[in-house]
Amino acid sequence: MTARQKNRLWTAVHLLVCILIGFVMAYPLLWMVGAAFKQNGEIYNNSHIFPRGEWVLTSWRDGWYGVGTLHFDTFIKNSILVVVPNVVFTILSCTLTAYGFARFRFVGKKIFFMLMLSLLMLPNAVIQVPTYILFRDFGWLNSYKPLIVPSLFASSSFLIFMLVQFFRGIPRDLDEAATIDGCSSMGILVRILVPLCLPAMVSAGLFQFLWTWNDYFHPMLYLNSTNLYTVSLGLRMSLDATTGVQWNNIMAMSTLSILPCVVLFFCLQKHFVEGIAAGGLKG
Amino acid sequence: MTQSKFKLFLRNNKGFLFILPWLIGFLVFKMYPFFNSLYYSFTKYNLMKAPVWLGLGNYIRIFAKDKDFVPSLLVTLRYVILVVPIKLLLALLVAMLLNRTSWVMNFFRTIYYLPSIVGGSVAVAMIWRVLFSETGVVNAFIGAFGLRAQTWLSPSLALFTISLLNIWTFGSTMVLFLAALKGIPKDLYEAAAVDGVPRLTVFFRITLPMISSIIFFNLLMALVNAFQEFNSALLITGGGPLKSTYLYGYMLYDNAFVSYKMGYACAQSWILFAIILVLTIVIFKTSDKWTYYDDGGDF
Repeated sequence: MTARQKNRLWTAVHLLVCILIGFVMAYPLLWMVGAAFKQNGEIYNNSHIFPRGEWVLTSWRDGWYGVGTLHFDTFIKNSILVVVPNVVFTILSCTLTAYGFARFRFVGKKIFFMLMLSLLMLPNAVIQVPTYILFRDFGWLNSYKPLIVPSLFASSSFLIFMLVQFFRGIPRDLDEAATIDGCSSMGILVRILVPLCLPAMVSAGLFQFLWTWNDYFHPMLYLNSTNLYTVSLGLRMSLDATTGVQWNNIMAMSTLSILPCVVLFFCLQKHFVEGIAAGGLKG
Repeated sequence: MTQSKFKLFLRNNKGFLFILPWLIGFLVFKMYPFFNSLYYSFTKYNLMKAPVWLGLGNYIRIFAKDKDFVPSLLVTLRYVILVVPIKLLLALLVAMLLNRTSWVMNFFRTIYYLPSIVGGSVAVAMIWRVLFSETGVVNAFIGAFGLRAQTWLSPSLALFTISLLNIWTFGSTMVLFLAALKGIPKDLYEAAAVDGVPRLTVFFRITLPMISSIIFFNLLMALVNAFQEFNSALLITGGGPLKSTYLYGYMLYDNAFVSYKMGYACAQSWILFAIILVLTIVIFKTSDKWTYYDDGGDF
Protein backbone atom coordinates (compact mmCIF):
# COMPACT_ATOMS: atom_id res chain seq x y z
CA MET A 1 0.00 0.00 0.00
CA THR A 2 1.33 3.41 -0.93
CA ALA A 3 1.33 6.27 1.54
CA ARG A 4 -1.47 7.92 -0.40
CA GLN A 5 -3.68 4.85 -0.30
CA LYS A 6 -3.01 4.48 3.39
CA ASN A 7 -3.97 8.10 3.92
CA ARG A 8 -7.22 7.59 2.05
CA LEU A 9 -8.03 4.48 4.05
CA TRP A 10 -7.52 6.41 7.29
CA THR A 11 -9.78 9.21 6.10
CA ALA A 12 -12.48 6.67 5.28
CA VAL A 13 -12.18 4.93 8.65
CA HIS A 14 -12.22 8.29 10.40
CA LEU A 15 -15.39 9.34 8.58
CA LEU A 16 -17.02 6.00 9.29
CA VAL A 17 -16.37 6.31 13.02
CA CYS A 18 -17.78 9.84 12.99
CA ILE A 19 -20.92 8.66 11.22
CA LEU A 20 -21.34 5.77 13.65
CA ILE A 21 -21.11 8.05 16.68
CA GLY A 22 -23.41 10.54 14.99
CA PHE A 23 -25.97 7.79 14.49
CA VAL A 24 -25.89 6.79 18.16
CA MET A 25 -26.24 10.43 19.20
CA ALA A 26 -29.13 11.18 16.88
CA TYR A 27 -30.89 7.82 17.06
CA PRO A 28 -33.04 8.42 20.18
CA LEU A 29 -34.35 11.68 18.74
CA LEU A 30 -34.96 10.27 15.26
CA TRP A 31 -36.67 7.29 16.82
CA MET A 32 -38.96 9.60 18.78
CA VAL A 33 -40.06 11.39 15.62
CA GLY A 34 -40.67 8.07 13.89
CA ALA A 35 -42.54 6.65 16.85
CA ALA A 36 -44.98 9.55 16.71
CA PHE A 37 -46.15 8.12 13.36
CA LYS A 38 -46.28 4.47 14.44
CA GLN A 39 -49.21 2.46 15.68
CA ASN A 40 -48.92 1.93 19.39
CA GLY A 41 -48.14 -1.76 18.93
CA GLU A 42 -45.27 -1.11 16.54
CA ILE A 43 -43.35 0.96 19.07
CA TYR A 44 -42.15 -2.09 20.97
CA ASN A 45 -40.08 -5.12 19.98
CA ASN A 46 -38.28 -3.51 17.08
CA SER A 47 -35.68 -0.86 16.56
CA HIS A 48 -36.40 0.63 13.13
CA ILE A 49 -36.91 4.36 13.04
CA PHE A 50 -39.77 4.87 10.60
CA PRO A 51 -43.01 2.91 10.67
CA ARG A 52 -43.08 -0.19 8.46
CA GLY A 53 -46.83 -0.45 8.77
CA GLU A 54 -49.35 2.26 8.27
CA TRP A 55 -48.31 5.86 9.04
CA VAL A 56 -50.49 7.15 11.86
CA LEU A 57 -51.37 10.82 11.95
CA THR A 58 -54.04 10.77 14.63
CA SER A 59 -51.39 10.62 17.37
CA TRP A 60 -50.72 14.34 16.88
CA ARG A 61 -54.37 15.27 17.31
CA ASP A 62 -54.98 12.83 20.17
CA GLY A 63 -51.82 13.91 21.96
CA TRP A 64 -52.70 17.57 21.57
CA TYR A 65 -56.16 17.11 23.09
CA GLY A 66 -55.14 14.21 25.31
CA VAL A 67 -55.08 15.71 28.79
CA GLY A 68 -58.60 16.21 30.13
CA THR A 69 -59.89 19.73 29.58
CA LEU A 70 -56.45 21.27 29.01
CA HIS A 71 -54.77 21.08 25.63
CA PHE A 72 -51.27 21.73 24.44
CA ASP A 73 -52.14 25.19 23.14
CA THR A 74 -52.48 26.25 26.81
CA PHE A 75 -49.17 24.66 27.77
CA ILE A 76 -47.33 26.21 24.83
CA LYS A 77 -48.84 29.62 25.55
CA ASN A 78 -47.79 29.28 29.21
CA SER A 79 -44.25 28.24 28.29
CA ILE A 80 -43.93 31.28 26.05
CA LEU A 81 -45.24 33.51 28.84
CA VAL A 82 -42.46 32.24 31.09
CA VAL A 83 -39.60 31.81 28.65
CA VAL A 84 -39.76 35.00 26.58
CA PRO A 85 -39.57 37.50 29.47
CA ASN A 86 -37.01 35.33 31.21
CA VAL A 87 -34.71 35.25 28.19
CA VAL A 88 -35.06 38.97 27.43
CA PHE A 89 -34.40 39.96 31.06
CA THR A 90 -31.46 37.57 31.29
CA ILE A 91 -29.77 39.01 28.22
CA LEU A 92 -30.27 42.59 29.44
CA SER A 93 -29.18 42.07 33.04
CA CYS A 94 -26.26 39.78 32.25
CA THR A 95 -24.94 42.14 29.58
CA LEU A 96 -25.04 45.11 31.96
CA THR A 97 -23.31 43.13 34.69
CA ALA A 98 -20.68 41.73 32.35
CA TYR A 99 -19.98 45.23 31.03
CA GLY A 100 -19.46 46.48 34.57
CA PHE A 101 -17.05 43.67 35.39
CA ALA A 102 -15.15 43.79 32.10
CA ARG A 103 -14.64 47.54 31.64
CA PHE A 104 -14.59 49.37 34.97
CA ARG A 105 -12.57 49.63 38.14
CA PHE A 106 -14.54 50.03 41.32
CA VAL A 107 -14.37 49.29 45.00
CA GLY A 108 -14.66 45.58 45.75
CA LYS A 109 -14.63 44.48 42.10
CA LYS A 110 -12.24 41.60 42.65
CA ILE A 111 -14.25 40.25 45.56
CA PHE A 112 -17.57 40.57 43.73
CA PHE A 113 -16.15 38.85 40.69
CA MET A 114 -14.79 36.02 42.79
CA LEU A 115 -18.12 35.64 44.58
CA MET A 116 -19.92 35.60 41.24
CA LEU A 117 -17.67 32.80 39.96
CA SER A 118 -17.83 30.78 43.17
CA LEU A 119 -21.61 30.61 42.74
CA LEU A 120 -20.87 28.15 39.92
CA MET A 121 -19.73 25.74 42.62
CA LEU A 122 -22.64 26.33 45.02
CA PRO A 123 -25.12 23.46 44.76
CA ASN A 124 -28.57 24.74 43.99
CA ALA A 125 -29.92 22.32 46.58
CA VAL A 126 -28.44 24.42 49.39
CA ILE A 127 -30.51 27.50 48.63
CA GLN A 128 -33.58 25.75 47.19
CA VAL A 129 -35.56 25.46 50.43
CA PRO A 130 -35.02 29.04 51.70
CA THR A 131 -35.67 30.37 48.19
CA TYR A 132 -38.98 28.53 48.12
CA ILE A 133 -39.87 29.97 51.53
CA LEU A 134 -38.83 33.46 50.38
CA PHE A 135 -41.09 33.24 47.33
CA ARG A 136 -43.90 31.95 49.52
CA ASP A 137 -43.48 34.95 51.84
CA PHE A 138 -43.59 37.25 48.81
CA GLY A 139 -46.88 35.56 47.89
CA TRP A 140 -45.42 34.38 44.60
CA LEU A 141 -46.34 30.70 44.73
CA ASN A 142 -48.54 29.43 41.94
CA SER A 143 -47.54 32.32 39.68
CA TYR A 144 -44.82 32.85 37.10
CA LYS A 145 -42.95 35.37 39.26
CA PRO A 146 -40.49 32.82 40.78
CA LEU A 147 -39.64 31.71 37.25
CA ILE A 148 -39.20 35.21 35.83
CA VAL A 149 -38.21 37.80 38.45
CA PRO A 150 -34.75 36.36 39.31
CA SER A 151 -33.78 36.74 35.64
CA LEU A 152 -34.01 40.53 36.07
CA PHE A 153 -31.04 40.28 38.43
CA ALA A 154 -28.47 38.48 36.28
CA SER A 155 -28.92 35.18 38.09
CA SER A 156 -26.63 33.08 35.87
CA SER A 157 -22.92 33.25 36.72
CA PHE A 158 -22.14 31.09 33.73
CA LEU A 159 -23.64 33.55 31.24
CA ILE A 160 -22.11 36.60 32.96
CA PHE A 161 -18.68 34.97 32.79
CA MET A 162 -19.16 34.06 29.13
CA LEU A 163 -20.06 37.67 28.27
CA VAL A 164 -17.20 39.08 30.36
CA GLN A 165 -14.77 36.94 28.39
CA PHE A 166 -16.24 38.29 25.17
CA PHE A 167 -16.05 41.92 26.26
CA ARG A 168 -12.44 41.40 27.28
CA GLY A 169 -11.66 40.25 23.75
CA ILE A 170 -12.72 43.61 22.28
CA PRO A 171 -9.92 46.22 22.22
CA ARG A 172 -10.35 49.06 24.73
CA ASP A 173 -9.10 51.53 22.08
CA LEU A 174 -12.63 51.57 20.69
CA ASP A 175 -14.08 52.63 24.05
CA GLU A 176 -11.41 55.26 24.51
CA ALA A 177 -11.95 56.75 21.08
CA ALA A 178 -15.67 56.93 21.77
CA THR A 179 -15.08 58.56 25.17
CA ILE A 180 -12.95 61.24 23.55
CA ASP A 181 -15.76 61.85 21.09
CA GLY A 182 -18.05 62.46 24.07
CA CYS A 183 -19.82 59.12 24.25
CA SER A 184 -21.20 58.14 27.67
CA SER A 185 -20.54 54.77 29.30
CA MET A 186 -24.00 53.60 28.41
CA GLY A 187 -23.50 54.89 24.87
CA ILE A 188 -20.30 52.86 24.52
CA LEU A 189 -22.13 49.73 25.60
CA VAL A 190 -25.10 50.24 23.30
CA ARG A 191 -23.33 51.65 20.23
CA ILE A 192 -20.00 49.83 20.26
CA LEU A 193 -19.91 46.73 22.42
CA VAL A 194 -23.39 45.33 21.85
CA PRO A 195 -23.11 45.28 18.04
CA LEU A 196 -19.73 43.56 18.34
CA CYS A 197 -20.92 41.09 20.97
CA LEU A 198 -24.21 40.21 19.35
CA PRO A 199 -23.13 36.61 18.66
CA ALA A 200 -22.21 36.15 22.32
CA MET A 201 -25.49 37.67 23.45
CA VAL A 202 -27.39 35.45 21.06
CA SER A 203 -25.69 32.37 22.46
CA ALA A 204 -26.37 33.53 26.01
CA GLY A 205 -30.02 33.98 25.09
CA LEU A 206 -30.19 30.57 23.44
CA PHE A 207 -28.64 28.93 26.50
CA GLN A 208 -31.18 30.57 28.75
CA PHE A 209 -33.98 29.62 26.36
CA LEU A 210 -32.97 25.95 26.39
CA TRP A 211 -32.65 25.81 30.17
CA THR A 212 -35.94 27.56 30.84
CA TRP A 213 -37.94 25.82 28.14
CA ASN A 214 -36.80 22.34 29.19
CA ASP A 215 -36.92 23.04 32.92
CA TYR A 216 -39.22 20.64 34.69
CA PHE A 217 -38.19 20.96 38.31
CA HIS A 218 -38.81 24.65 39.01
CA PRO A 219 -42.23 24.92 37.33
CA MET A 220 -43.23 21.73 39.17
CA LEU A 221 -42.14 23.27 42.46
CA TYR A 222 -43.83 26.63 42.05
CA LEU A 223 -46.96 25.95 39.97
CA ASN A 224 -49.96 24.12 41.37
CA SER A 225 -52.83 25.04 39.07
CA THR A 226 -52.84 22.89 35.98
CA ASN A 227 -54.01 25.82 33.86
CA LEU A 228 -50.64 27.46 34.55
CA TYR A 229 -48.65 24.37 33.49
CA THR A 230 -45.78 24.74 31.05
CA VAL A 231 -45.06 22.27 28.24
CA SER A 232 -42.76 20.15 30.42
CA LEU A 233 -45.40 19.77 33.11
CA GLY A 234 -48.16 19.21 30.56
CA LEU A 235 -46.19 16.45 28.89
CA ARG A 236 -45.54 14.76 32.21
CA MET A 237 -49.20 15.09 33.11
CA SER A 238 -50.33 13.51 29.87
CA LEU A 239 -48.28 10.45 30.83
CA ASP A 240 -49.90 10.19 34.25
CA ALA A 241 -53.39 11.03 33.03
CA THR A 242 -53.90 8.23 30.55
CA THR A 243 -54.31 4.63 31.55
CA GLY A 244 -52.74 2.18 29.13
CA VAL A 245 -50.38 4.80 27.79
CA GLN A 246 -50.67 5.63 24.10
CA TRP A 247 -46.95 6.03 23.52
CA ASN A 248 -47.36 7.33 19.98
CA ASN A 249 -49.37 10.26 21.34
CA ILE A 250 -46.73 10.92 23.97
CA MET A 251 -43.95 10.75 21.38
CA ALA A 252 -45.82 13.16 19.11
CA MET A 253 -46.10 15.70 21.92
CA SER A 254 -42.51 15.02 23.01
CA THR A 255 -41.39 15.85 19.48
CA LEU A 256 -43.47 19.01 19.58
CA SER A 257 -42.05 20.01 22.96
CA ILE A 258 -38.42 19.94 21.87
CA LEU A 259 -39.05 21.26 18.36
CA PRO A 260 -38.50 24.94 19.31
CA CYS A 261 -35.17 24.03 20.91
CA VAL A 262 -33.95 22.06 17.93
CA VAL A 263 -35.09 24.66 15.37
CA LEU A 264 -33.49 27.54 17.28
CA PHE A 265 -30.32 25.52 17.80
CA PHE A 266 -29.96 24.78 14.11
CA CYS A 267 -30.67 28.38 13.13
CA LEU A 268 -28.15 29.78 15.58
CA GLN A 269 -25.72 26.91 15.92
CA LYS A 270 -22.79 28.63 14.23
CA HIS A 271 -22.87 31.51 16.72
CA PHE A 272 -23.80 29.20 19.52
CA VAL A 273 -21.14 26.51 19.45
CA GLU A 274 -18.39 28.96 18.57
CA GLY A 275 -19.71 31.40 21.14
CA ILE A 276 -19.35 28.88 23.94
CA ALA A 277 -15.95 27.82 22.75
CA ALA A 278 -14.60 31.36 22.40
CA GLY A 279 -16.23 32.71 25.52
CA GLY A 280 -15.96 29.53 27.50
CA LEU A 281 -12.46 29.39 28.82
CA LYS A 282 -9.23 30.87 27.72
CA GLY A 283 -6.46 30.59 30.23
CA MET B 1 -22.52 67.27 51.86
CA THR B 2 -23.14 63.56 52.22
CA GLN B 3 -25.02 63.62 48.94
CA SER B 4 -22.11 65.12 47.04
CA LYS B 5 -19.78 62.52 48.57
CA PHE B 6 -22.16 59.87 47.35
CA LYS B 7 -22.10 61.41 43.87
CA LEU B 8 -18.32 61.49 43.94
CA PHE B 9 -18.25 57.82 44.90
CA LEU B 10 -20.52 56.94 42.00
CA ARG B 11 -18.45 58.97 39.56
CA ASN B 12 -15.31 57.09 40.56
CA ASN B 13 -17.07 53.75 40.69
CA LYS B 14 -19.32 53.90 37.68
CA GLY B 15 -18.98 50.16 37.13
CA PHE B 16 -20.74 49.68 40.42
CA LEU B 17 -23.96 50.95 38.85
CA PHE B 18 -23.72 48.38 36.08
CA ILE B 19 -23.33 45.41 38.39
CA LEU B 20 -26.01 46.73 40.77
CA PRO B 21 -28.79 44.47 39.38
CA TRP B 22 -26.55 41.46 39.85
CA LEU B 23 -25.54 42.59 43.35
CA ILE B 24 -29.15 42.98 44.46
CA GLY B 25 -30.02 39.57 43.04
CA PHE B 26 -26.93 38.10 44.65
CA LEU B 27 -27.89 39.42 48.09
CA VAL B 28 -31.62 38.67 47.90
CA PHE B 29 -31.76 35.43 45.90
CA LYS B 30 -28.39 33.86 46.80
CA MET B 31 -26.83 35.16 50.02
CA TYR B 32 -30.00 35.59 52.03
CA PRO B 33 -31.20 32.04 51.21
CA PHE B 34 -27.67 30.75 51.74
CA PHE B 35 -27.45 31.92 55.36
CA ASN B 36 -31.09 31.12 55.94
CA SER B 37 -30.40 27.59 54.82
CA LEU B 38 -27.63 27.30 57.39
CA TYR B 39 -29.98 28.61 60.08
CA TYR B 40 -32.83 26.29 59.08
CA SER B 41 -30.45 23.33 59.16
CA PHE B 42 -30.32 23.74 62.96
CA THR B 43 -34.09 23.91 63.31
CA LYS B 44 -37.25 21.92 62.91
CA TYR B 45 -39.41 23.70 60.39
CA ASN B 46 -42.49 22.39 58.61
CA LEU B 47 -43.64 25.67 56.96
CA MET B 48 -46.72 25.82 59.22
CA LYS B 49 -45.18 26.79 62.56
CA ALA B 50 -42.18 29.01 63.20
CA PRO B 51 -38.79 27.22 63.13
CA VAL B 52 -37.81 25.53 66.41
CA TRP B 53 -34.12 25.51 67.36
CA LEU B 54 -32.68 21.98 67.55
CA GLY B 55 -28.97 22.67 67.67
CA LEU B 56 -27.18 19.78 66.03
CA GLY B 57 -30.29 17.60 66.28
CA ASN B 58 -30.85 17.30 62.53
CA TYR B 59 -27.24 16.39 61.82
CA ILE B 60 -27.13 13.80 64.59
CA ARG B 61 -30.32 12.22 63.32
CA ILE B 62 -29.03 12.11 59.74
CA PHE B 63 -25.89 10.23 60.71
CA ALA B 64 -27.35 8.10 63.51
CA LYS B 65 -30.89 7.23 62.48
CA ASP B 66 -31.67 8.05 58.86
CA LYS B 67 -32.06 4.76 56.97
CA ASP B 68 -32.02 6.50 53.59
CA PHE B 69 -29.00 8.73 54.06
CA VAL B 70 -26.08 6.32 53.61
CA PRO B 71 -27.67 4.23 50.82
CA SER B 72 -28.63 7.38 48.94
CA LEU B 73 -25.14 8.80 49.32
CA LEU B 74 -23.71 5.53 48.00
CA VAL B 75 -26.08 5.53 45.02
CA THR B 76 -24.97 9.09 44.27
CA LEU B 77 -21.29 8.18 44.56
CA ARG B 78 -21.81 5.27 42.18
CA TYR B 79 -23.58 7.58 39.77
CA VAL B 80 -20.75 10.13 39.94
CA ILE B 81 -18.08 7.47 39.47
CA LEU B 82 -20.01 6.02 36.54
CA VAL B 83 -20.78 9.30 34.80
CA VAL B 84 -17.88 11.69 35.32
CA PRO B 85 -14.87 9.70 34.04
CA ILE B 86 -16.73 8.16 31.10
CA LYS B 87 -18.27 11.46 30.07
CA LEU B 88 -14.96 13.32 30.21
CA LEU B 89 -13.01 10.60 28.45
CA LEU B 90 -15.60 10.26 25.71
CA ALA B 91 -15.77 14.04 25.29
CA LEU B 92 -12.00 14.26 24.95
CA LEU B 93 -11.67 11.33 22.54
CA VAL B 94 -14.47 12.56 20.29
CA ALA B 95 -13.07 16.11 20.40
CA MET B 96 -9.76 14.71 19.12
CA LEU B 97 -11.64 12.90 16.41
CA LEU B 98 -13.26 16.17 15.30
CA ASN B 99 -10.11 18.27 15.56
CA ARG B 100 -9.73 18.92 11.83
CA THR B 101 -10.83 21.87 9.82
CA SER B 102 -13.58 20.95 7.43
CA TRP B 103 -17.29 21.57 7.11
CA VAL B 104 -17.93 17.85 7.62
CA MET B 105 -16.41 18.06 11.08
CA ASN B 106 -18.53 21.14 11.87
CA PHE B 107 -21.58 19.16 10.83
CA PHE B 108 -20.71 16.30 13.17
CA ARG B 109 -19.98 18.76 15.96
CA THR B 110 -23.52 20.08 15.60
CA ILE B 111 -25.01 16.58 15.63
CA TYR B 112 -22.99 15.56 18.68
CA TYR B 113 -24.12 18.67 20.48
CA LEU B 114 -27.80 17.96 19.82
CA PRO B 115 -28.37 15.68 22.86
CA SER B 116 -26.97 18.38 25.15
CA ILE B 117 -29.64 20.86 24.17
CA VAL B 118 -32.52 18.51 25.02
CA GLY B 119 -30.88 16.27 27.63
CA GLY B 120 -32.78 17.59 30.63
CA SER B 121 -36.19 17.67 28.99
CA VAL B 122 -39.21 15.58 29.86
CA ALA B 123 -39.31 14.44 26.24
CA VAL B 124 -35.94 12.70 26.48
CA ALA B 125 -36.94 11.09 29.78
CA MET B 126 -39.99 9.70 27.97
CA ILE B 127 -37.79 8.37 25.17
CA TRP B 128 -35.51 6.68 27.70
CA ARG B 129 -38.44 4.98 29.38
CA VAL B 130 -39.57 3.40 26.14
CA LEU B 131 -36.14 2.67 24.65
CA PHE B 132 -35.01 0.83 27.77
CA SER B 133 -38.24 -0.97 28.64
CA GLU B 134 -38.20 -4.76 28.59
CA THR B 135 -39.70 -5.07 25.13
CA GLY B 136 -38.10 -1.82 24.08
CA VAL B 137 -35.82 -0.80 21.28
CA VAL B 138 -32.51 -1.44 23.02
CA ASN B 139 -33.41 -5.04 23.75
CA ALA B 140 -34.71 -5.50 20.22
CA PHE B 141 -31.43 -4.11 18.91
CA ILE B 142 -29.08 -6.24 20.98
CA GLY B 143 -31.36 -9.21 20.35
CA ALA B 144 -30.54 -8.85 16.67
CA PHE B 145 -26.92 -9.58 17.59
CA GLY B 146 -27.94 -12.64 19.59
CA LEU B 147 -27.51 -10.97 22.96
CA ARG B 148 -29.88 -11.71 25.79
CA ALA B 149 -32.52 -9.10 26.62
CA GLN B 150 -31.83 -7.18 29.83
CA THR B 151 -34.17 -5.61 32.34
CA TRP B 152 -32.63 -2.17 32.00
CA LEU B 153 -34.79 -0.60 34.68
CA SER B 154 -34.20 -3.34 37.26
CA PRO B 155 -32.57 -2.59 40.64
CA SER B 156 -29.18 -3.72 39.35
CA LEU B 157 -29.21 -1.81 36.03
CA ALA B 158 -31.48 1.22 36.51
CA LEU B 159 -28.70 3.47 37.77
CA PHE B 160 -26.57 2.52 34.78
CA THR B 161 -29.47 3.28 32.44
CA ILE B 162 -30.00 6.79 33.77
CA SER B 163 -26.23 7.33 33.78
CA LEU B 164 -26.27 6.63 30.04
CA LEU B 165 -28.64 9.57 29.61
CA ASN B 166 -26.12 11.90 31.25
CA ILE B 167 -23.20 10.41 29.31
CA TRP B 168 -25.15 10.82 26.07
CA THR B 169 -25.01 14.59 26.62
CA PHE B 170 -21.21 14.74 26.46
CA GLY B 171 -21.40 17.21 23.55
CA SER B 172 -21.29 20.33 25.72
CA THR B 173 -18.11 19.11 27.40
CA MET B 174 -16.68 18.06 24.04
CA VAL B 175 -17.09 21.54 22.54
CA LEU B 176 -14.87 23.04 25.23
CA PHE B 177 -12.23 20.35 24.69
CA LEU B 178 -12.38 20.95 20.96
CA ALA B 179 -11.81 24.69 21.40
CA ALA B 180 -8.86 23.95 23.68
CA LEU B 181 -7.36 21.49 21.19
CA LYS B 182 -7.66 24.04 18.40
CA GLY B 183 -5.87 26.56 20.61
CA ILE B 184 -2.69 24.48 20.91
CA PRO B 185 0.07 26.14 18.83
CA LYS B 186 0.83 24.08 15.71
CA ASP B 187 4.59 24.59 16.01
CA LEU B 188 4.66 22.35 19.09
CA TYR B 189 3.42 19.44 16.99
CA GLU B 190 5.71 20.34 14.11
CA ALA B 191 8.72 20.38 16.41
CA ALA B 192 7.70 16.99 17.81
CA ALA B 193 7.29 15.61 14.28
CA VAL B 194 10.74 16.84 13.29
CA ASP B 195 12.23 15.11 16.32
CA GLY B 196 10.30 11.93 15.48
CA VAL B 197 8.46 11.78 18.81
CA PRO B 198 5.99 8.84 18.95
CA ARG B 199 2.28 9.74 18.80
CA LEU B 200 1.48 8.50 22.28
CA THR B 201 4.28 10.60 23.77
CA VAL B 202 3.02 13.63 21.87
CA PHE B 203 -0.41 13.05 23.38
CA PHE B 204 0.85 12.75 26.94
CA ARG B 205 3.60 15.38 26.75
CA ILE B 206 2.00 18.04 24.54
CA THR B 207 -1.74 17.61 24.11
CA LEU B 208 -2.75 16.74 27.67
CA PRO B 209 -0.62 19.42 29.39
CA MET B 210 -1.79 22.09 26.94
CA ILE B 211 -5.47 21.42 27.63
CA SER B 212 -5.08 20.68 31.34
CA SER B 213 -6.85 23.88 32.41
CA ILE B 214 -9.96 22.87 30.44
CA ILE B 215 -9.78 19.34 31.83
CA PHE B 216 -9.72 20.93 35.25
CA PHE B 217 -12.74 23.10 34.54
CA ASN B 218 -14.73 20.29 32.89
CA LEU B 219 -13.94 17.89 35.72
CA LEU B 220 -15.09 20.37 38.32
CA MET B 221 -18.33 21.19 36.51
CA ALA B 222 -19.11 17.54 35.77
CA LEU B 223 -18.58 16.63 39.42
CA VAL B 224 -20.71 19.44 40.81
CA ASN B 225 -23.50 18.65 38.36
CA ALA B 226 -23.40 14.87 38.80
CA PHE B 227 -23.62 15.16 42.59
CA GLN B 228 -26.79 17.22 42.26
CA GLU B 229 -28.50 15.32 39.44
CA PHE B 230 -31.89 13.80 40.06
CA ASN B 231 -34.06 15.09 37.25
CA SER B 232 -33.61 11.86 35.30
CA ALA B 233 -34.39 9.72 38.35
CA LEU B 234 -37.48 11.81 39.04
CA LEU B 235 -38.76 11.44 35.49
CA ILE B 236 -37.62 7.95 34.50
CA THR B 237 -37.42 5.69 37.53
CA GLY B 238 -39.10 7.61 40.35
CA GLY B 239 -36.06 6.77 42.49
CA GLY B 240 -36.74 3.04 42.24
CA PRO B 241 -36.86 0.17 41.83
CA LEU B 242 -35.98 -0.58 45.47
CA LYS B 243 -34.43 2.91 45.77
CA SER B 244 -31.63 1.85 43.43
CA THR B 245 -31.76 5.30 41.77
CA TYR B 246 -32.63 7.25 44.89
CA LEU B 247 -30.03 9.95 44.28
CA TYR B 248 -29.10 12.46 46.97
CA GLY B 249 -30.96 15.29 45.27
CA TYR B 250 -34.07 13.13 45.15
CA MET B 251 -33.87 12.47 48.90
CA LEU B 252 -33.52 16.22 49.49
CA TYR B 253 -36.52 16.91 47.33
CA ASP B 254 -38.60 14.26 49.13
CA ASN B 255 -37.72 15.56 52.58
CA ALA B 256 -38.27 19.21 51.68
CA PHE B 257 -41.21 19.25 49.33
CA VAL B 258 -43.01 15.96 49.94
CA SER B 259 -42.61 15.57 53.72
CA TYR B 260 -42.09 19.32 54.36
CA LYS B 261 -39.16 18.66 56.69
CA MET B 262 -37.48 21.90 55.65
CA GLY B 263 -34.90 22.12 58.42
CA TYR B 264 -33.90 18.50 57.99
CA ALA B 265 -33.55 18.90 54.21
CA CYS B 266 -31.39 21.99 54.70
CA ALA B 267 -29.08 20.03 57.01
CA GLN B 268 -28.78 17.33 54.34
CA SER B 269 -28.08 19.93 51.67
CA TRP B 270 -25.24 21.31 53.78
CA ILE B 271 -23.72 17.85 54.05
CA LEU B 272 -23.82 17.64 50.24
CA PHE B 273 -22.31 21.11 50.05
CA ALA B 274 -19.51 20.05 52.42
CA ILE B 275 -18.73 17.00 50.29
CA ILE B 276 -18.63 19.05 47.09
CA LEU B 277 -16.57 21.75 48.80
CA VAL B 278 -13.97 19.28 50.05
CA LEU B 279 -13.70 17.69 46.61
CA THR B 280 -13.38 21.10 44.97
CA ILE B 281 -10.63 22.14 47.37
CA VAL B 282 -8.75 18.88 46.81
CA ILE B 283 -8.96 19.34 43.05
CA PHE B 284 -7.90 22.98 43.29
CA LYS B 285 -4.94 22.15 45.55
CA THR B 286 -3.69 19.33 43.37
CA SER B 287 -4.38 21.27 40.17
CA ASP B 288 -1.23 23.33 40.69
CA LYS B 289 0.68 20.14 39.98
CA TRP B 290 -1.15 19.03 36.88
CA THR B 291 -2.54 22.10 35.15
CA TYR B 292 -0.55 24.37 32.92
CA TYR B 293 -1.45 27.99 32.21
CA ASP B 294 -0.02 29.90 29.29
CA ASP B 295 0.35 33.06 31.32
CA GLY B 296 2.08 31.39 34.23
CA GLY B 297 -1.04 30.93 36.28
CA ASP B 298 -2.11 34.55 36.75
CA PHE B 299 -5.83 34.83 36.47
